[in-house]
Amino acid sequence: MKHLAAFGRFWWDFVIGDDWIAAAGVLAGLVVTALVAAWWVLPPAVALVLAFTLVRATRQA
Amino acid sequence: MSAALLVLSAFLASAVEMVEALTIVLAAGLTRGWRSSLSGVAAATLALAVVVAALGPALTVVPLDDLRLVVGALLLVFGLQWLRKAILRASGFKALHDEHAIFARELREAETAPREERAGLDWYGFTLSFKGVFLEGLEVAFIVLTFGSTQGSIPLAALGAAAAIVLVAGVGAAARAPLARVPENTMKFAVGVMLTTFGVFWSAEGAGAHWPGGDVAILAVLAGVILWSALLVALLRRRHGELVVA
Repeated sequence: MKHLAAFGRFWWDFVIGDDWIAAAGVLAGLVVTALVAAWWVLPPAVALVLAFTLVRATRQA
Repeated sequence: MSAALLVLSAFLASAVEMVEALTIVLAAGLTRGWRSSLSGVAAATLALAVVVAALGPALTVVPLDDLRLVVGALLLVFGLQWLRKAILRASGFKALHDEHAIFARELREAETAPREERAGLDWYGFTLSFKGVFLEGLEVAFIVLTFGSTQGSIPLAALGAAAAIVLVAGVGAAARAPLARVPENTMKFAVGVMLTTFGVFWSAEGAGAHWPGGDVAILAVLAGVILWSALLVALLRRRHGELVVA
């Protein structure tokens, strides 16, 4: 069980990293992109997610 | 154009990760003996080869749109992680990556760790090298496989990665010291920009969007990511300066 938890933690850290908001934001942006099938959704969504996650990081610093 | 960016991205990402792995291997080799350290490198290389051999062919049979969606999303999440750290470093909110300091810390820890022999090898030296190479290499393998398969050319991406590995290993073997003069922080910034750019482009395509101008749109996305990152660095630098003064 301990090894399973460590394995899960490793993959969480590897893929999701320090801030899960970025992964959640990317997922939300892709869902909207798929719904409207438009290229212009993702770039501003990613820009906002990056700015938001940076603001969170600097507040914690 | 995208082939050149593909090779460049694989090269930069691999070089950065291999410089970090080299620091760990050197610390293990100098303190715990080269036999254990190099055995760890060999075991990790073998483990990485198994991962690549298992995942590589599997990725080539996935339909391209599905592959671009999943791989693009993963690259985007990866890219944002790299970019976030790079922007925090460039603006002063996070300490710059310093191979000398990391090398000194690894040496200290390796010197004081208890000695335990297993299969004729110093276990600490072996596992330290193994983990260093495997964990740093896993990210390289992931980038090479995903970039390569999505762009339809794993060998091209592998070529960029192999060039970086040979270069870093060669220089590291000659210098027998951490490659602290490699502009790692700038390279990490560049990798973050590349991963985010390709991630945005491929995942949007995989989700059903069509970019105006086709592949040329990658350059527009690249320019947008660079400009936005530079703006964020400038804004955060100012904020950091205000916090330091206050």
